[in-house]
Amino acid sequence: MYRQASWNEPAIFDLGRNGRRGHVLPEAEEEIKRAVGDVSSLIPKAMHRTSKLNLPELSEVEVARHFTRLSEMNYGVDSGLYPLGSCTMKYNPKINELLAILPTLSMVHPYQDESTVQSLLEILYRLERWLSEITGTYEVCLHPAAGAQGELLGTLLMHAFLRSNGEYEKRTEVIVPDSAHGTNPASAAMAGFNVVVLPSGADGCINVEALKSAVSEKTAGLMLTNPNTLGLFERSIGEIAKIVHEAGGLLYYDGANLNPLLGKVRPGDMGFDIVHINIHKTFSTPHGGGGPGAGPVGVSENLAQFLPIPRIVYDGQRYRLDYDKPNSIGKIRSFYGNVAVLVRAYAYILSLGFEGLKEAAEVSVLNANYLMKKLREIKGLNLPYDGKKPRKHECVFSAKPLKSETGVSALNIAKRLLDYGLHAPTIYFPLIVEEALMIEPTETFEKEELDRFVDAMRKICQEAYANPEYVLKAPYNTAVSRLDEVRASHPKTMALSWRMHMKKK
Amino acid sequence: MWEIGIRDIEELYRDIPEKYRLKKPLNIPEKGLSEFEVKRDVEALLSKSKTYTDMPMFLGAGCWPHYVPAVVKEIVQRSELLTSYTPYQPEISQGMLQALFEYQSMMCELTGMEVSNCSMYDWASALGEAARMAARIKGRNEILIPKIIHPERAATLKVYAEPAGIKIKQVAYDTETGQISLEDLRSKISDKTAAVYIENPSYLGFIETQVDEISRQTHSHNALLITGVDPTSLGILKPPSEYDTDIVVGEAQPLGNEMNFGGPLLGIMACRDDMNLIRQMPGRIIGLTTTQDNSKQGFCMTLQTREQHIRREKATSNICTNEALCAVASAVYMALLGPEGLRELGETIMYKANYAIHLLSKVDQVKTPIFKSAHFKEFTVNFNQTSLSVKEVNRRLLKRQIHGGKDLSKEFPELGQTALYCVTEIHSKEGIERLAKALEEILRGE
Repeated sequence: MYRQASWNEPAIFDLGRNGRRGHVLPEAEEEIKRAVGDVSSLIPKAMHRTSKLNLPELSEVEVARHFTRLSEMNYGVDSGLYPLGSCTMKYNPKINELLAILPTLSMVHPYQDESTVQSLLEILYRLERWLSEITGTYEVCLHPAAGAQGELLGTLLMHAFLRSNGEYEKRTEVIVPDSAHGTNPASAAMAGFNVVVLPSGADGCINVEALKSAVSEKTAGLMLTNPNTLGLFERSIGEIAKIVHEAGGLLYYDGANLNPLLGKVRPGDMGFDIVHINIHKTFSTPHGGGGPGAGPVGVSENLAQFLPIPRIVYDGQRYRLDYDKPNSIGKIRSFYGNVAVLVRAYAYILSLGFEGLKEAAEVSVLNANYLMKKLREIKGLNLPYDGKKPRKHECVFSAKPLKSETGVSALNIAKRLLDYGLHAPTIYFPLIVEEALMIEPTETFEKEELDRFVDAMRKICQEAYANPEYVLKAPYNTAVSRLDEVRASHPKTMALSWRMHMKKK
Repeated sequence: MWEIGIRDIEELYRDIPEKYRLKKPLNIPEKGLSEFEVKRDVEALLSKSKTYTDMPMFLGAGCWPHYVPAVVKEIVQRSELLTSYTPYQPEISQGMLQALFEYQSMMCELTGMEVSNCSMYDWASALGEAARMAARIKGRNEILIPKIIHPERAATLKVYAEPAGIKIKQVAYDTETGQISLEDLRSKISDKTAAVYIENPSYLGFIETQVDEISRQTHSHNALLITGVDPTSLGILKPPSEYDTDIVVGEAQPLGNEMNFGGPLLGIMACRDDMNLIRQMPGRIIGLTTTQDNSKQGFCMTLQTREQHIRREKATSNICTNEALCAVASAVYMALLGPEGLRELGETIMYKANYAIHLLSKVDQVKTPIFKSAHFKEFTVNFNQTSLSVKEVNRRLLKRQIHGGKDLSKEFPELGQTALYCVTEIHSKEGIERLAKALEEILRGE
């Protein structure tokens, strides 16, 4: 059985000793000091730091050891299956890491003269072209730092579009299905729209009749992920696009679930006007425990004029940053995007090519359907929605039977899976499935690892029937057992920093 | 395929209407390359760009060259951290959670605040979020910002704030010192002001010294004070908490993260220990707790009811993926330097930048800095008295294998032909001297 390292590693403030140092910095030369005078005379009196900085004092080896121990108490894609639904946790090729840390990328400043950064502009320009080809959009902007920022940009583009045709005051609503990722309604609200929640049909897909009655002259757009969060392809997408467009709205594609469609179907061809891509999902860049990612946005031709500045342009000889875009919405962040992440994606597309991307999509779908078939045989789990329909990148099970028969919930299954050295699926999402387990295996895990997951799920359900108490207390084999999350968020006990912790201690 | 009863993978795509199926190959490379070829091609392409190691460069303005210690690089390449997702399952993700908690904690020590989130995308978007946060807390819709601000940051703020109905007003500066005009602040602040935003050091590198008075005025109108910081200055400068800042934003890229042509960056977002503030904070916040059986200390995400995956359209922000691994890099960096290291970092930067000012101010016809104020690591260099534009000076410097400062002539026309120069601990004395000599030659017409 799996056993995670459990170091009892103290918080860094409890380590080290006064006077220790972990890094020697270059010092200003004596001649410099003589020329400019003592530093304390350079700082205005009112602005001197007088309080001592309360930071830990450690040697280099202590710092290296501390963080190495912490890393050993963490689970990544390299540790094993990471079937978080809608997160597309695929293997991150190592070569891309080697390329992303080259000094010819890392030590380049964004305001360098264009003549000194032609190669980077070329990479970003090509990547834009490739992504617009893959998504079937006219132009792509690489700026957004993450999928949610891509969504914010997308909904702001809706604003810009409405403003340009004089409908800004009138169209105030964005429609979002109840099965959508939480970022969709949050992004639309952040852009100032009222969110209209659309209930899914009995088949788990968009109910076309409900959509017809939801659209109106107030509709700015619809945000949709396809395949949806149940892993089902929205078959009626043609009609959906027609309804939204005829009502005068724009169709937004949430790219979190793009992986199964690579080289097979393009969002642009389905009628989507705005598309965001999660580079850290679909294009295999590492997720880093919560970023950095990248969330490029592709748009149809009529929206390209509104994209943030600068745009990269190529005149056949030289690449240039073009700030002269009078209709641009402006900027959503500094500079040009998370370039170190984007270069990894460039290398990924080079490594796979069209054929490789298509195969990746196909195998991700094959793996999801394999898990669906295998998990259906397990007592306690139930597959909601049409079991005859193939899933795409993910499948969603419900642990409701197990919960009612044994008291073991989706959460408990998730915790017990950790004991088997597997990461848990996404749980309690989508919201339309009770006790949901949302499972996305991706293409990069082989059959043996998938079987290990199926076996673990089977054993856990058996354990639940035989000895539910045992499963309820899981996990046992992780660095720590179940945590007191209520205490962590209670105003009386919450400690959001070391100094807050010491104050309350 | 055999196990699930299909013969052809296409059977799994049978539910997708034929008309949407891709009929022809995409116009991207058709076949993949071997690892060797990918490495060869990308390395060859990248090797054409010039870097800070190729020539002395004097660029900053929101992304700064600093040395990243080897330990930092090693830790962020540990695959257990690098390839993990957001720590939704805390029991198996203690490493990431503890590292992020330590980032938050050390950021709190640097800024003097009690609460920090575990990152925003960058300083610009952090400012946008802080403005929205202040407007929600105060139920007011005006934000005052200094006229001297990075134009990209101001543009981002506008894009974030406008949909929330927030109006942005700029406060003028004293043309002699660059400092915020207290008179103009007094005339613009009102009971509609949700927050006053200041930067320290300012975009043009000088240290804002009237912080106590600005803070007093802000709070006397019951508005919040938001302060933007470059954390490399906080080893030697008074932390924003000591002038009663309510929300701190800033850019932590200089603490252990490379420039990477401007991204990823690392937005700082910290605030006082006040539930009215904390409840409105965007982003992930990691907390210290115990196991349910109270036997061990542990870490988990807290206050998730603020976030989009729980609260959906009522969330404080839509942010989900942030810059977590960059925050880990900053945690390692702060731990390596410690209190003395951060003080020394600030001092070395200030010495070297002021040495550059000292040498350049001796160059005939050059005025540096424009403003009579103390400067930290950036400073303005004005060429109005010369016959050359900043663009032309920079072109001639580049010919001499030196990269000049950022051209400000378009963003601040009132400053004329002015550039923003940046000097940090990585700039050598020789490099600075080479710059001064080159400028002398160029202005002599050589």
